[in-house]
Amino acid sequence: MKKKFFHNEERTFFFTDHAVPILFLIIVAAGIPLSGYSASYLIQEMLLRLSRDSFLVLSLLVPIMAGMGLNFGIVLGSMAGQIGLIFITDWGIAGIPGLFIAAVLGTPVAVLLGYLCGKVLNKARGKEMVSSYILGFFINGLYQFVGLYMMGKIIPIIKPEILISRGYGIRNAVSLVGIRGALDKFLDLKIMGVAIPVTTYLVIVLFCIFIVWIKNTKLGQDMRAVGQNISVAELSGINVNRTRTISIIISTVLASYGQIIFLQNLGTMNTYTSHEMAGVFSIAALLVGGATVAKASLVNVFLGVALFHMLFIISPMAGKRLIGSAQLGEYFRVFVSYGVISMALVLHAVKARAQNARQRIQMRTEINAEVGEAE
Amino acid sequence: MEKMRRILLKFIDEAGWPRIIIGFFLFSLFAIAPFVGVRIDTSLKDVFVRVGMNGVMVLAMVPMIRSGCGLNFGLPVGVIAGLLGALICLQFEIVGMTGLFTAMIISIPFSVIFGYFYASIINRVKGAEMMIATYIGFSVVALMCIGWMLLPFTNPIMVWGFSGEGLRTTISVQGYYQDVLSDILSFRIGEHFYFPTGMFLFLGVCCVGIQLFFKSRTGLAMTAVGKNPDFARASTVNVDRMRTHSVILSTALGAIGIIMYQQSFGFIQLYMGPFYMAFPAVAAILLGGASLKNATITHVLVGTFLFQGIVTMAPSVINSMMESDMSEIIRIVVSNGMILYALTRKELYRR
Repeated sequence: MKKKFFHNEERTFFFTDHAVPILFLIIVAAGIPLSGYSASYLIQEMLLRLSRDSFLVLSLLVPIMAGMGLNFGIVLGSMAGQIGLIFITDWGIAGIPGLFIAAVLGTPVAVLLGYLCGKVLNKARGKEMVSSYILGFFINGLYQFVGLYMMGKIIPIIKPEILISRGYGIRNAVSLVGIRGALDKFLDLKIMGVAIPVTTYLVIVLFCIFIVWIKNTKLGQDMRAVGQNISVAELSGINVNRTRTISIIISTVLASYGQIIFLQNLGTMNTYTSHEMAGVFSIAALLVGGATVAKASLVNVFLGVALFHMLFIISPMAGKRLIGSAQLGEYFRVFVSYGVISMALVLHAVKARAQNARQRIQMRTEINAEVGEAE
Repeated sequence: MEKMRRILLKFIDEAGWPRIIIGFFLFSLFAIAPFVGVRIDTSLKDVFVRVGMNGVMVLAMVPMIRSGCGLNFGLPVGVIAGLLGALICLQFEIVGMTGLFTAMIISIPFSVIFGYFYASIINRVKGAEMMIATYIGFSVVALMCIGWMLLPFTNPIMVWGFSGEGLRTTISVQGYYQDVLSDILSFRIGEHFYFPTGMFLFLGVCCVGIQLFFKSRTGLAMTAVGKNPDFARASTVNVDRMRTHSVILSTALGAIGIIMYQQSFGFIQLYMGPFYMAFPAVAAILLGGASLKNATITHVLVGTFLFQGIVTMAPSVINSMMESDMSEIIRIVVSNGMILYALTRKELYRR
């Protein structure tokens, strides 16, 4: 009797746990034939987008490990990366050296912003996600101030092409012609007409190894302990605030590299909007892959990016074929990306509450049993 | 002297540093304005008009904060209900004061239905309401983008001219109900000052209504739920029911708020228009001194005035000083800074 009960429970959990990826698979499976794209086109696009986005999404994993939820603050890292890119474009450094110097310039900014984010989130325990989200907006304001008013006035900019015609402030769109595809095309392989950006994938693999490695270090263990139960971790002598701050700094720095990789693939940067997209899309992709606020793995990342971007590719065409309007397909995609985030957040919150209630009942029965024994 | 110091410290403690800094900032903006060629009377008119425009939407924060559901980041849900009311009113070409109130009345059943569903989600995710509310708002706005393209509205001023279907992104309410409320008993002083009395009367009625509601049995129960849900449950208050009521009330106020906004602004904004509408309202009430758990009508009025004051004054003064448009940046920094402050502040209970 008891066994059957558990069996049922596990089965229901399978569906609630994987509801989001399953739903997405269904949508995408229905959409692919509707869009009418060829298999080779889809594979090419998929490989391209996986190489472009995976790094950014991977940068979300570390804070989840530390129990801080989805780090909407990767937007801060993206801004740091973009600052690096603005400078190398200005100085005319192209190719791999350009990317490298952009990363080097972005790192201290990202560390600083990550530290700030860590401090803020430590003050807002239990409300990390919404706080990191608002912090993203707040820093965006400062970033706009630096970009629009200080660049070219206080911070010297040599090239007038990247400045707004009034003489200061960075243009809304900056062409990254010098580093376009620098990493992707450094070593690329063509298999049956499908180009594979090998170096980018190598960098991503390195990152995956880093994630696996950090899990097993002292720091990683601390993070997981903090993630499981803050008060227990505190009692066992872990410096909780420090661990949390470090995890956010790592995430922010990696996000800045992620944004650099993302933009070298695109080849143009929307100075004031590119980073905002980075946050929302990466988080949506991770959740689509079946991650939750408390648990995410490498599989979730790649599955998520693949499924989420498949929807990106097919939705305008499918919308056009189905209802005769590409715009409608586009709105549908926007709705699905926000809907998925809400659904994943709701499912997680519901499950967490159920778990709490179960624990409480269990504790109560244990106490009752003890009291009974004592009597 | 000692007494003065104590009073000052008490004031600082109660008002909070951000509010004092922003208050001083606003005051200095008004002080500088005449010297840089910005007319005080014009600015004051703008501030008053904007306070009237946004007041009800800020008021929509109160019920949810009171019942412990946190800041209503899902305000767009109410805004959508209001938009539906406004569009239906335009579709049947109901003009003037009748039009305005018809729009409000039509929007209420929508907001009850939407609010009910919104609340049923919010009640399931206690403790994580704010993030989820934000995303519910976004999802609803995105879903309605599809709706605006497909709903069978036909009034030529609303739909795209060339295709005859799909609503426009902005629809003018001129000739329908623009300024019908603002102009009641409104008066002008000199050439530039104008006071939208009607709008303030309406805002006042709403505020008094909410104040009275919170004195009623249901209202008190709602506040009790917000203060301590376990205690409320022990005193036989149905917690989830109270929370549902508060969400519905907030949603309905959001709907009425957006119609008020339109009658003064002159346009209905569809598609991605309502996307970020919650943030200024949230920032305003926090600026007024509300916290995540407590909000009063005073917070609403003070906050709206301070926030709209900054938003109106800062660009015009700074522009004429430095000849550059920093309004957007100041708005972003002030509003989000305020929200962050509230999120990171330790909740202190005063009993």
